[in-house]
Amino acid sequence: MVGYAETIHRNDAQTASAIKAAFERTRSYRFWKDRIAVYFLFLCAVCVLAPLFSILGDLLTQGFSALNLDFFTKLPKPVGESGGGMANAIVGTLILLGIALTVGVPIGLGAGIYLSEYAGSRFAFVIRFLTDVMNGVPSIVYGIFAYTLFVVPMKSFSAWSGGAALGIMMIPIVTRTTEQFLRMVPSTLREAGLALGAPRWRVTIDIVLSTAKGGIITGVMVALSRVAGETAPLLFTAFGNRFWHSNLTEPIAALPIQIFSYAISPFEDWHRQAWAGALVLIFIVFLINLIANYFVSRQSKMFAGRK
Amino acid sequence: MKSRKDGGDRLFQAAMMGFALIIVLLIVGIITELTRSSMLSIKHFGFSFFTGMTWDPVFENFGALPFIYGTLVTSLVALLIAVPIGVGTAIYLAEYAPPFLRKSMSLLVDLLAAIPSVVYGLWAIFELVPLMRTNIQPFLGKYLGFLPFFQGPNYGVGMLAASLVLAIMIVPFIISISREVIMTVPHVYKEAAYALGSTRWEAVRSIILSYGKTGILGGVILALGRAIGETMAVTMIIGNNVTISPSLFSPGYTLASVIANEFTEATGNLYLSALIEMGLVLFIVSIIVNMIARMLIWSVTQKQSTGTTLKPRAL
Amino acid sequence: MPIEEVMERQLEINPQAVSKTGESQGLTQEEIKISVKNLHFYYGKHKALENISMDLRPKKVTALIGPSGCGKSTFLRLFNRMNDLIPHARIEGAIRIDGKDIYGKDTDVVELRRKVGMVFQKSTPFTKSIFDNVAYGLKILGLRDKEIIHQIVEKSLRGAALWDEVKDNLSKSALQLSGGQQQRLCIARALAVGPEVLLMDEPCSALDPTATARIEELIFELKKQYTIVIVTHNMQQAARVSDETGFLFLGKLIEFGNTDKIFTKPDNPMTESYVTGRFG
Repeated sequence: MVGYAETIHRNDAQTASAIKAAFERTRSYRFWKDRIAVYFLFLCAVCVLAPLFSILGDLLTQGFSALNLDFFTKLPKPVGESGGGMANAIVGTLILLGIALTVGVPIGLGAGIYLSEYAGSRFAFVIRFLTDVMNGVPSIVYGIFAYTLFVVPMKSFSAWSGGAALGIMMIPIVTRTTEQFLRMVPSTLREAGLALGAPRWRVTIDIVLSTAKGGIITGVMVALSRVAGETAPLLFTAFGNRFWHSNLTEPIAALPIQIFSYAISPFEDWHRQAWAGALVLIFIVFLINLIANYFVSRQSKMFAGRK
Repeated sequence: MKSRKDGGDRLFQAAMMGFALIIVLLIVGIITELTRSSMLSIKHFGFSFFTGMTWDPVFENFGALPFIYGTLVTSLVALLIAVPIGVGTAIYLAEYAPPFLRKSMSLLVDLLAAIPSVVYGLWAIFELVPLMRTNIQPFLGKYLGFLPFFQGPNYGVGMLAASLVLAIMIVPFIISISREVIMTVPHVYKEAAYALGSTRWEAVRSIILSYGKTGILGGVILALGRAIGETMAVTMIIGNNVTISPSLFSPGYTLASVIANEFTEATGNLYLSALIEMGLVLFIVSIIVNMIARMLIWSVTQKQSTGTTLKPRAL
Repeated sequence: MPIEEVMERQLEINPQAVSKTGESQGLTQEEIKISVKNLHFYYGKHKALENISMDLRPKKVTALIGPSGCGKSTFLRLFNRMNDLIPHARIEGAIRIDGKDIYGKDTDVVELRRKVGMVFQKSTPFTKSIFDNVAYGLKILGLRDKEIIHQIVEKSLRGAALWDEVKDNLSKSALQLSGGQQQRLCIARALAVGPEVLLMDEPCSALDPTATARIEELIFELKKQYTIVIVTHNMQQAARVSDETGFLFLGKLIEFGNTDKIFTKPDNPMTESYVTGRFG
């Protein structure tokens, strides 16, 4: 042991100078590496944003120049003729979203309430996992599912089937956000309601749900904005239509489908209209997002105020 | 009085549970419906469906290999591009960016995630593909043309263009998950690295990347799932050509895009069944990918992982 | 009236009593390791430290005590410029180590931090093996000589009194060590890069009495080689381990001097009330 201590002692000066030498040797290299890393990371951010600006720029220039009153009021013109609009597609998209809401919201909301208020931890875990899985399933698979479920038995493409496909896609998001916001409602509120002699289901509806209302609306809006631009699930459900639909059991036009078919067409005028359609679609999506943001900030203010 | 309340409660709870069970039913329904509808193809081709190279609607001979190849290649190349850029951006936003830039850039990244697939496709047709044809692919061909990946005719459309647009589309995912993971790294560990004389980059590399790697990997796998299932933008620019070519310049086809393109035109039950089988494959792959990703992300949020170990050495 | 309010009033009434203490005690250049001169520190508009001057002697343990929120940790973190990471932080005055202003324009922060090691309140083992933890500071320097690395790792672990406990398990994850061992590992890690000053920010606050006693023994050993500044809220600990003690209150250095004197007959009545446990 004594001998060992001596070895260490003798090496003290050596190790100190080795550290010092290494530091001096790598000093400027490390300095520059640090500097270059900053520029590289910044460059990454620029690379991410460049396409965004290009897309937004194109939408504003190409899209706006093709927008006119006809676009909102007229039907598409036959192949080869220029002019016309996407009135039917705009209305169709709104109808599809309406159907999606009626399908997706009750199920998502109910499941969310169950997860937050009633479910045991194991069942909740399974459902949470399944919603994660649903969220990751490619949208075209929902299209196939809706096709086999609705289109095949009804023997027709239809607004119902397209809306249902979108509605199913909304369920996981609505479920998770509902659960999340309901859990944020303080349990003292529930207890206060129960203490007044109200049954639990009334407390859940009157107190818990209304307290978390803003958050739930946010979840619904986020889900809606996600499906509003979906094309793949509509291709073989709503199918698209160059005319007005006469009822919801028929194929219906939708903006994303119209943009898709115009974009891959060989006609200059249709390309212009595709851009205009994209601008309108983006506008709808961003508007829904904006509503979501409004409600989430209101909700978080409410929860913050409570504390 | 009491029993009436209990009844209402029981009814309400049962109704809510019913809604939750619909989620289970949906998953089970998707699996059974897709399996049932693809039974014809499964029985007819068996495993050779996954190794078959021909796609012949006239003689009803269907093999999925070119589509599986196209899907894997475009997704992996997209990851190759998107992962460094996405993780880099996340690090920049979390560690370097001044507060005002951090806020506005996060907003822009969210915007990027909100753009519909079909709009990406539209943009790619009119901006990305011409750029590929006139600039990017000639450049790659000139300097990296000795590699088999960058050879052959330059159409602009093709697997490289599809990979690029996929990369742009999955980058927001990678950024947001990486950012979340980076935020969970306790500040004091970074300080500990600084206190030992680390430069900023060294602290980022050794602390953030080593603590966050599991979670980031989870995010990357999740992004892979997105890329595999992404349909519209890819369909619009991949060239839709049933072939297996090592060159990224070559037009290709993916599972999702062949379904999108041919589903409504599929004449004959076997044709449709083969397309639905591809949908089933996509579904199963997406479930597996999601399971792996979720487990990785959970393992991070549950507890910090134990680190790497060095081989012991005699001192 | 609560005692703290009385003190605040006293500070207002008699600022002279504050500025008088902490001035240089007539030490020569060689007897000063760290010299703090008219130091002010701000977080944005909030003044965290006010007009602090003190000289810290080499190879001694200086303890900084005071009630929580008095700025003692903030003050400690100025010695290795750890507060640089905080946005809107601003410093006035000077801190000199070996006569060199560490906030001067030509100071290399990375080099400074190598010279001024730090141990945190919570142990911060990296998710690496024990060996890699200690070798971390050397690896980033690009030191490649395996023999020297191993020697330094062993020496540092011995220096931190951890060697005998871990020598057979160097490749084990550092997270598997006990809390006290982890803290000593962090000390070893700081020693490995060859510092001259060791800053300790409440190093025992998360440890049990036995582990605390081991760290205190260790501090006693370490001061033979290093200048140590320790922040602690535990007055007994300050009295046990330190040679000199500074008492901070509301961002001001109330009194600084020999530990025995601070704890037995301090000049300032505020110090007396604090060390006798009447507030804080």
